[in-house]
Amino acid sequence: MISSLTTLQDRFGESILEVVEFRGEQTLTVDPTRAKEILKYCFDELAFDYLIDISSLDNLGTEPRWTMVYEIYTMANRANHHLRIKYDLTEDSKADSVSDIWPTAGWHEREIYDMMGIEFNDLADHRRILMWEGYPYFPLRKDFPLAGRPSEMPDVAFTEKAPLAGGPFVTSSTSATTVHREPRSREID
Amino acid sequence: MSRKSADAFRKISGNSGALRPSKTAQSLAPPLVKFFTNGLLRGAADVTSANYADETMSESIEQHAAYDSKVEGNIIFTQADAAINWMRKNSLWPMPMGLACCAIELMGSASSRFDISRFGAEVMRFSPRQSDVMIVAGTVTYKMALAVKRVWDQMPEPKWCIAMGACASSGGMYRSYAVLQGIDNLIPVDVYISGCPPRPEALIEGLMKLQDKIEKSESSKEHFKSEKTA
Ligand code: SF4
Repeated sequence: MISSLTTLQDRFGESILEVVEFRGEQTLTVDPTRAKEILKYCFDELAFDYLIDISSLDNLGTEPRWTMVYEIYTMANRANHHLRIKYDLTEDSKADSVSDIWPTAGWHEREIYDMMGIEFNDLADHRRILMWEGYPYFPLRKDFPLAGRPSEMPDVAFTEKAPLAGGPFVTSSTSATTVHREPRSREID
Repeated sequence: MSRKSADAFRKISGNSGALRPSKTAQSLAPPLVKFFTNGLLRGAADVTSANYADETMSESIEQHAAYDSKVEGNIIFTQADAAINWMRKNSLWPMPMGLACCAIELMGSASSRFDISRFGAEVMRFSPRQSDVMIVAGTVTYKMALAVKRVWDQMPEPKWCIAMGACASSGGMYRSYAVLQGIDNLIPVDVYISGCPPRPEALIEGLMKLQDKIEKSESSKEHFKSEKTA
């Protein structure tokens, strides 16, 4: 398993920006422009035949805004090795779809599009997966309120703001005094 | 009066305690009761009006007394409301709107251990056109909400709605962008059942509450009103 990491480092050198090992977990941060190439190499040459999940992070307030996270796994030769590959994405750019490498990626990518609004190049079926086509928001973004926003699509669906009784209540654990650490209502719009 | 209600009446007509016969009827009718279906509404109407005019009452009793009980079985006199409500409440066909975990409990209620058929509501209809009561069991997401409403609109009157569980009643723990905060935002609810999920006993109690409500409704008035307008 060390070997797959070293192979990647030998092969892609500079494009692997950071390697973090924590209790046997390996996380690679890679160059966004070569990310797909690296993932394809993992599948083709290193036998990472199982895509566990794709997820995305919203780093609201810092640039670049998105981080894509790929969890891949190999079961070949009883290696049972798990690798996490991350790359950053600016708000106006699209990610490359990996659904041609792992077909299962299609649904993960549709979910990311649905919840975060990140779009994908070459994703064959680029519809929303949970919300309905035409819902105007991306609910997992950090600037979307927990209670939701009103929307209306005649004959399809509507949404209302949920009553949160002043919530959500958020603690600031790093604040100096207990008074400041108390849970406070933090409502976005 | 739908045919199935009349069927239900026949099925349970041995249980005469559930029907409230008028005093006169009690004195006339032996305990075993048979309903004469074809004359139901006419007869029922006669009896209703008889409450207000005693002359008509005696007339209609004569009419019915000419009825050959040996050949045709026995007759009971009652109020149209009592008869109609009794039939309706003991033959509630549910439209199971199972949308989440509560639906499992709904299935449990219908199965052998809890056996909702003891209350006449075992005939789960997956067609809204054959249902009387919609049991909304589960989380109503906004994506599903208008579909539930559409199914409800397809159910023929008279119809009732039971909101089963916290989600269907109020959105439950989902104070969220995706969940309708109670099905009563879209359709009128007769009975709310608390719980997450409610036990089958709770559902059955809710059903019994609904039966109480039906028993008190003025169904004949509604019936003749709609007949007039039709
Ligand atoms: S009330 Fe509880 S059990 Fe019922 S659907 Fe909601 S979450 Fe599930």
